[in-house]
Amino acid sequence: MFDYLEKQLPRLIMAPTALVMLVCMYGFIGWTAVLSFTKSRMLPQWEFVGWEQYERLFANPRWNVALDNLLIFTSLFIIIALVLGLMLAILLDRNIRNDGALRTIYLYPMAVSFIVTGTAWKWILNPGLGIEKMVRDLGFTEFEFRWLVDSDMAIYTIVIAAVWQSSGFVMAMFLAGLRGVDDSLIKAAQIDGASTFRTYWHVILPIMRPVFFGAVVILSHIAIKSFDLVQSLTGGGPGYSSDLPATFMYAHAFSRAQMGLGAASAMVMLAGVMAIIVPYLYSELRSKKT
Amino acid sequence: MSKLASPSSLSRVFFITVLVFFAFVYLAPLYVMLTTSFKGIEEIRSGNILALPNSLNGSAWVKAWSSACTGGDCYGLAPYFWNSMRIVLPALIISTVIGALNGYVLSQWRFAGSDFLFGALLFGCFIPFQVILLPMAKLLAWLGLANTVVGLVLVHVIYGLAFTTLFFRNYYVGIPSELVRAARLDGAGFFAIFRHIFLPLSTPIVVVSVIWQFTQIWNDFLFGVVYSGPGTQPITVALNNLVNTTMGGKEYNVDMAAAIIAALPTLVVYLVAGKYFVRGLTAGAVKG
Repeated sequence: MFDYLEKQLPRLIMAPTALVMLVCMYGFIGWTAVLSFTKSRMLPQWEFVGWEQYERLFANPRWNVALDNLLIFTSLFIIIALVLGLMLAILLDRNIRNDGALRTIYLYPMAVSFIVTGTAWKWILNPGLGIEKMVRDLGFTEFEFRWLVDSDMAIYTIVIAAVWQSSGFVMAMFLAGLRGVDDSLIKAAQIDGASTFRTYWHVILPIMRPVFFGAVVILSHIAIKSFDLVQSLTGGGPGYSSDLPATFMYAHAFSRAQMGLGAASAMVMLAGVMAIIVPYLYSELRSKKT
Repeated sequence: MSKLASPSSLSRVFFITVLVFFAFVYLAPLYVMLTTSFKGIEEIRSGNILALPNSLNGSAWVKAWSSACTGGDCYGLAPYFWNSMRIVLPALIISTVIGALNGYVLSQWRFAGSDFLFGALLFGCFIPFQVILLPMAKLLAWLGLANTVVGLVLVHVIYGLAFTTLFFRNYYVGIPSELVRAARLDGAGFFAIFRHIFLPLSTPIVVVSVIWQFTQIWNDFLFGVVYSGPGTQPITVALNNLVNTTMGGKEYNVDMAAAIIAALPTLVVYLVAGKYFVRGLTAGAVKG
């Protein structure tokens, strides 16, 4: 009897986690999926309406603004954070022996909440008293910088704050990658007379391809989930001009009593994340095995 | 350190200048927050954001901590700071303990289907939480835990488990299985092996897991805003309410003091244990 228990112990230990995961992850995803095919508004109700909520969703101008914003935000955020992170990593790797202090400075924003980041940048970008006033005080009295209250530009303020918060992390990933590059490859390139630039471009960067992929996956994941930053920096405004899918979902599911529509938008977000994550995990796991 | 030929001293000076310039750019928001928090309102309106305060005026800090209005009430951030502590500490301890045991099983006591289980769990690191928000609200209401600190602890434990399990599994997988086999021949059981062999080796990964969970849960806003009620809100939600409370004119100095108070615990953790913080980020993100 005791032996039997002892043998089953690993399974017993895993059982609660497996159960919770089954219910609170996969079960809940299923629940949300079912909900997205009903006409639920204030409360869940189980009258099925097929794809109607999805049709309403994609006919909804606010949702389409949120999708456009996601595209703008994600692409700019990823490109700028990658370029900045890679540049800082290369410069750090080659020039500074004791990079601890600088690394700490580049990375500290990652430790604070997006709500704090949003609050800080909301003040810095304040149209009356922030950067605009600072530049005007320098003598450029006509200078205007009011992206925060400009519905065409508000989404770019979110890019600025997000890059500030996350690019240090990209730097850390690239720096770790650079320090792991095999010496002999670089020596060989140098002996062949390759310039520093060519060595980077043809030898080092191709080796770092997995780091690139990893960084892109993480950054796009951060971007799709972005909620707190928008909520604290622009509140989705002016109007709904800087909404992202995550804020759209929250507004409809919890403030506007549009549960079915909110569930449908959540499912679209999940589909977006899976389109990025599944191929990534698949290739990661496969390359681990071989 | 550099494996390429070192750059000439002139370009080196240039590169270092660039690096230092960016260091200032990254530090600027913190500098602006700090200086603004010590200024008076008049000084904020007349001066510019990069100017140093005329004098160190701590009244904004006192107000942010103890009497600023955060939506419903005007007790400052203090009660919410302690709310966050009451949510974070149990959640991180529970999820780390369970994660350690899970990781131990998934790396050293595999059974049929355990790899599949790990894969299924890994997926949980990536799902956008929007997709579980509605049903979780139902479950909490059903359990009678809606708008409670206990409910928030539960939510953070559940959705933190994927990460803590991942950390420990990937760490323990590097410990040779011969060790376990030898110990079993000596008659040691499941828990004895865990206690005497694995636990003593676990300090670094426990630190990684604790720091990760601490920053994640302290900085959480989504679960906080959805599952808390008046009186149980975590500090991120209270900070957001404080900033958006417009009664009696904006007090930017109080906003900034409040933001620093909300950021302080995770910043301290980062400064003290930055190395482990980075390790958690990369392990959690790129799945080690």
